[in-house]
Amino acid sequence: MSAATANTATSSRRISLAWAARQRVMITLVLLILFGALRYDHFLGAYNVLSVLRYNSMFALTSLGMCFVIMGAGIDLSVGTTAAFASVVSALLSPYGLFPGLLGGLAAGLLVGVINGFMVTRMNIQPFIATLSGMLAASGSGLLLAQNQSVSVSYYTNFTWLGQGDLLGFPAPAWIAALAYVYGSVLLNYTSFGRYVLSVGGNEEAARLMGLPVDRVKFLTYVQSGVFAGLAGVILASQFGAGQPAEGVGWELFSIAAVVVGGTLLTGGVGSVATTLAGVLLLGLIFNVLNFENGLGWISLSAYWQSVVRGVFLMVVVMASSGSARRAIRSA
Amino acid sequence: MVDAPTIDREGVSPDVAAFFRRYAALTALIVLLAFNFAVTPHFASWQTLNVNLTQVATIVIVSVGMTLVIATGGIDLSVGSLMAISGAIAPMIFLSSFGRSYPALGDALAFIVPVGVAGLFGLFNGWFITRFQVQPIVGTLVMFIAGRGIGQVLTNGNLQAFKNPTFQFIGLGRIFGVPCQVVIMLALVAAAAWTLRSTLFGRQVLSVGGNERAARLSGVPVAAVKRWVYAISGLCAGIAGLVVVSINSSSDANLVGLGMELDAIAAVAVGGTPFTGGQATVVGTLIGALLIQLVRYTLLANGVPDAAALVVKGAIIAGAVWSQQRSRSA
Repeated sequence: MSAATANTATSSRRISLAWAARQRVMITLVLLILFGALRYDHFLGAYNVLSVLRYNSMFALTSLGMCFVIMGAGIDLSVGTTAAFASVVSALLSPYGLFPGLLGGLAAGLLVGVINGFMVTRMNIQPFIATLSGMLAASGSGLLLAQNQSVSVSYYTNFTWLGQGDLLGFPAPAWIAALAYVYGSVLLNYTSFGRYVLSVGGNEEAARLMGLPVDRVKFLTYVQSGVFAGLAGVILASQFGAGQPAEGVGWELFSIAAVVVGGTLLTGGVGSVATTLAGVLLLGLIFNVLNFENGLGWISLSAYWQSVVRGVFLMVVVMASSGSARRAIRSA
Repeated sequence: MVDAPTIDREGVSPDVAAFFRRYAALTALIVLLAFNFAVTPHFASWQTLNVNLTQVATIVIVSVGMTLVIATGGIDLSVGSLMAISGAIAPMIFLSSFGRSYPALGDALAFIVPVGVAGLFGLFNGWFITRFQVQPIVGTLVMFIAGRGIGQVLTNGNLQAFKNPTFQFIGLGRIFGVPCQVVIMLALVAAAAWTLRSTLFGRQVLSVGGNERAARLSGVPVAAVKRWVYAISGLCAGIAGLVVVSINSSSDANLVGLGMELDAIAAVAVGGTPFTGGQATVVGTLIGALLIQLVRYTLLANGVPDAAALVVKGAIIAGAVWSQQRSRSA
């Protein structure tokens, strides 16, 4: 077999693997929702559904940005502290109204994203280290601006609508996240940028030889991730009534886990926006189901079990996709 | 430790520049020390040295294991969570009724069991990564998420306060005037440096990181080597967890080792071990950790707020890795 056919075989196998993983995450999500709906009275009640959506919209946004970075074979550790930094900026600007607060948070995220992208593409620092630096810098900037305290947002403007308000019966942050995912899906599936991201992530050298603007594509994925993290920060400030410089710890790893559960390969080149959302919802709903289970009174699991369960769940997902990997190799 | 071959270049000055770029962390450390001796009041004292070494010791202990993991081309995100587990188990043992009735045995087990458990979890990481061919980031992310939860579940999220001079010797005691954890740190650095330089296992670690396929073809037991380095990383994290809870006289699974994985990775990166594997310098890791620590100390001692120190720390990490990158590609 020539190298070229081998390559095609490998890439088509990777794509079919990712397809299988996508079906699996969707099925698991549906099963989990069915389980909850049948077992608990108020699981599909408006209150529960809306609060799950409201709370998880922030993770949905950071995971969407992360998804593109990972498809481009990078990683962004800074999303959590960027959100914290942005929440401080937007809280400070919230007395001037909704849009200044929103734009301030987005600008803070943009700034961190630009710095990350610059370090990765211009200074050739490995993404892990570059965004680790960005993470520290964002955290420090947020704490400096907020003087180590949480910054209360203004309740005299409509800024808190972004996190607490509703539109057509759905929480405003859920609308924002939904719009972001529509945008992400279009970007990935229907634009040249989406294809560029996948080819850069799949084989950077080949993409460079084909004349794709590799550095610009990578740069933009980091900028985009920063902006989405900034948006998550705005929602954080608006939803909880304060800019919180110490929040966001562990968000980056939660987002990476959601992207992985969603079937996007960390090696880059393959990925899906819709299943990333499914990954976020799965990880979020596990916590929700545990809460309901405690409410039934049969068992009494402390909130601490949620991380154990999430970890085990991630493990099972990874093991399952590795099993299908072996089957695919055997059948090939 | 692998030293890059010295390449002759025209003239002397490029070589000098290359030297300083290659040893950027060491150079920066020396400059910073000189600056401190000149500017920071009371810097030249045993107390300053002790404070800095005590604070840096836990990071270095974890970073030694991390260096070995990164030398194989891997990464270990679970170290902070394993510290929390080990820190949670130790007081549970010597505070239990068994530990109280047999203090000597209880204290001995409070050292052995937590470190052993952390090592087993590390071994689990290695098994998971090699058995299912998972990327190390994802493989150790599982234990990062679940591990702290395990520590919290074990203690029900409660703080365990204690006073146990025998056990706390590891964090508060002194051997010939040197803090115990600094002795452990130096011993581990020396042992790991020797292992990498002079043992078969060390060479296998580097060959797995350098070219896994070639290593496998030449008969290196790749999977076993990887399982071992993750187990060693777990053991180091276990020891560090004991040191932290001893210093605090209390164990809080929510906080012990929080963010440690990134501190350790930063120390390894600043120290000059590349993420691609195949090369590693444990002494460099020690220098990297000392540099990060000293930067923070210098800023704090001169009245710069901790938050600003974070920003500078980020810049130092990026700058150090960037300069090594240039020296390698040059």
